[in-house]
Amino acid sequence: MAAKNIMIVGVGGQGTLLTSRILGGLAIAGGYDVKLSEVHGMAQRGGSVVTYVRYGEKVAEPIVEEGQADVIIAFERLEALRYSHFLKKDGVLIANDWRIDPMPVVIGAAEYPEGILEDLAKEHKVYTVNATEEAKKLGNPRVFNMIVLGIAAQHMDFTKEQWYDVIEKTVPLKTIEINKKAFDVGYVRRMMESEKEKTDD
Amino acid sequence: MANENKKVIMLGNEAIARGAYEAGVKVSAAYPGTPSTEISEQIVKYKEDIYAEWSPNEKVAAEVAIGASVSGVRSMACMKHVGLNVAADPLYTASYMGVNGGLVFVVADDPGLYSSQNEQDTRMIGRAAQVPVLEPSDSMEAKEFMKAAFDISEQFDRPVILRTTTRLAHSQGLVELGSRAEIEDKPYVKNIQKTVMMPGNAKLRHVVIEKKNLELAEAANAHPINTVEMNDTAIGVITSGIPYQYVKEALPNASVLKLGMVNPLPKKMIAEFASKVEKLYIVEELDPVIEEQVRSWGIEAVGKEIFTIQGEYSANMLREAILGEKPEFPAPAKAPGRPPILCPGCPHRSVYYVLNKLKMHAAGDIGCYTLGAVAPLSVVDTTICMGASISSLHGMEKAKGKDYIKNWVAVIGDSTFLHTGVNSLMNMMYNKASGTVMILDNSTTGMTGHQDHAATGKTLLGEPTYAIDIPALCRAIGVKNVVEVNAFDIVKLEKVVKEETAKDEVSVIITKSPCVLLDKSKKPFYIAHEDKCKKCGMCMKPGCPAMTKNADGTVRIDDTMCTGCGLCETLCKFDAIELVKAGDR
Repeated sequence: MAAKNIMIVGVGGQGTLLTSRILGGLAIAGGYDVKLSEVHGMAQRGGSVVTYVRYGEKVAEPIVEEGQADVIIAFERLEALRYSHFLKKDGVLIANDWRIDPMPVVIGAAEYPEGILEDLAKEHKVYTVNATEEAKKLGNPRVFNMIVLGIAAQHMDFTKEQWYDVIEKTVPLKTIEINKKAFDVGYVRRMMESEKEKTDD
Repeated sequence: MANENKKVIMLGNEAIARGAYEAGVKVSAAYPGTPSTEISEQIVKYKEDIYAEWSPNEKVAAEVAIGASVSGVRSMACMKHVGLNVAADPLYTASYMGVNGGLVFVVADDPGLYSSQNEQDTRMIGRAAQVPVLEPSDSMEAKEFMKAAFDISEQFDRPVILRTTTRLAHSQGLVELGSRAEIEDKPYVKNIQKTVMMPGNAKLRHVVIEKKNLELAEAANAHPINTVEMNDTAIGVITSGIPYQYVKEALPNASVLKLGMVNPLPKKMIAEFASKVEKLYIVEELDPVIEEQVRSWGIEAVGKEIFTIQGEYSANMLREAILGEKPEFPAPAKAPGRPPILCPGCPHRSVYYVLNKLKMHAAGDIGCYTLGAVAPLSVVDTTICMGASISSLHGMEKAKGKDYIKNWVAVIGDSTFLHTGVNSLMNMMYNKASGTVMILDNSTTGMTGHQDHAATGKTLLGEPTYAIDIPALCRAIGVKNVVEVNAFDIVKLEKVVKEETAKDEVSVIITKSPCVLLDKSKKPFYIAHEDKCKKCGMCMKPGCPAMTKNADGTVRIDDTMCTGCGLCETLCKFDAIELVKAGDR
């Protein structure tokens, strides 16, 4: 197969590195060649961060370039917008419907765009969830990224058991249960949506 | 360690650590610096076989490694590109000495400046210091090239640089594990002609190393680290490192000469490859190091006239430059930028709020607190290199007199102070300065991801140790005015800054508050009561990212980001901001 190109975009500190470790583990479990590229250091301090994940028979370049992403997983709306031109024409965007103001907005030097996800949905296949609120309901807002991953899972090439297995091996021992629960929230939600799409067709 | 022959996914830096283990390394020293930090953090996994340490700076780390090599064991030092500038002094002379046990400097460049103050190319320093430079192109090679580096080091009596870039250091790829080589310590035989670099000896060593370099350059023509992939001969590419991957992606049918050793270059191999292809391109990020040498040999090649000297390359960039193919994708959306910022709850924000209020200028340094340069804090005026805050403030005073710097301070972190700042403070005392130095002591090396240092009381290997007392150190240098303040006590801090900057003597103000990310426990958070909010905007002044203005001008606090530092509550005169205990969500 041609390499599958995934991007995880968000704000430094939102857990993109943990998410990329999970995707890396999955690619290995699936028997693929895989490369991931991450951001460490200064940008991790609240800046815009992007992680590239590519898996397939043989992967050379460790980054995904403009117009080449099959799936973009966005942990924040503005970051979904920033990287949207990386999506393939038939690419899928999975976005956490959540707003974190960047400093230019906080100090009034720029405005946070309205209607980002609605506008992107006119051009692309977009699935959104307010994962941060859903995660708060589970008792830990930090596991929001697992909810988003649960949705993304249905656009990738791994079984639910493989996801569970890798989550168990990757997250801290004490948080395995809540992370799996969060993954289920997204997974079930997307499955129901997809059933509905089928009936609507 | 088991796991031999198993395939695992590893960060480039993790693979380098594994390579060190498999190469039989016994000593590793480093100072943290993005993108090299994780090498040392990963070497800790092998602490039963490798002694590893954080040294206070790269020069010290390099000398630790050189000493270990002289004693007969395989040793290494790791640093980022600008760290090699600090370690340049020992490097250039270690080059004359050669090695006893193999000696490798791992140096990480940062094309694209993800986390650095410049874009310098370590291959240039390798050439200048006459040191061989290897450059891997993925995680597997990173591991294997470490082993090759030690073999070359011992075979040719040269210290070797393994050069990486951010994209390699921070990319993960598959690695097949091998076992650790059982390397016997080389016997130490006293030989001052080789290890005491006084003029008479160094003069002779210079002749020896020139000869060794020529031998290595000749051997490079047949060394398996340099490989030729002959395909279609219409386009031939000479490349190395991460750009090799972009070449494979963009030009899968081209012939490629992939250099694993970028200094010295295999002249015969390159000439032969060039003669077989119709058009030769040289694809290398940053400086035209390969290109200029190849052209100097009379070989025609296309290089920087169509590629750039700045930033990272990509497959799309090569498609466009070489094939004239412009990839199709929509124009990037207009989105407000999101530059890095101080975290919610960061003690530096509180310090900068006070300095901003007092209209102070700051000579800045390297660390998270460099971010105090940007709005709304806008306090930092200069950032040069590690330790430069204190010495550059001193330079300003000597240029313009002590009154000129009454509204200036130097700001420096605890780890950076111990790195090289302490030397600059000695200089202030020695040369009768009067400036004020603020040590923003957050008990860690923050920006690089929380590494211990000489004042934290813990070693890289996790052992408790003596912690340098920074206030006592300042006093020992001779500073009479050493004041410690809690960074979040803004009333006291304001008073202290006013008092100390007014003095005609050197003062050191230490704001001691740990990095908010060190404490992983659940923290309390604040909520803003919209009914009590008078929309005065005071709480927004420090630019906390957890705070947002509502459409009506009242303030909202994001409870998932707030860490309960209390700065906004202190600033609110109307009791509109209230603390909520952790768990009362």
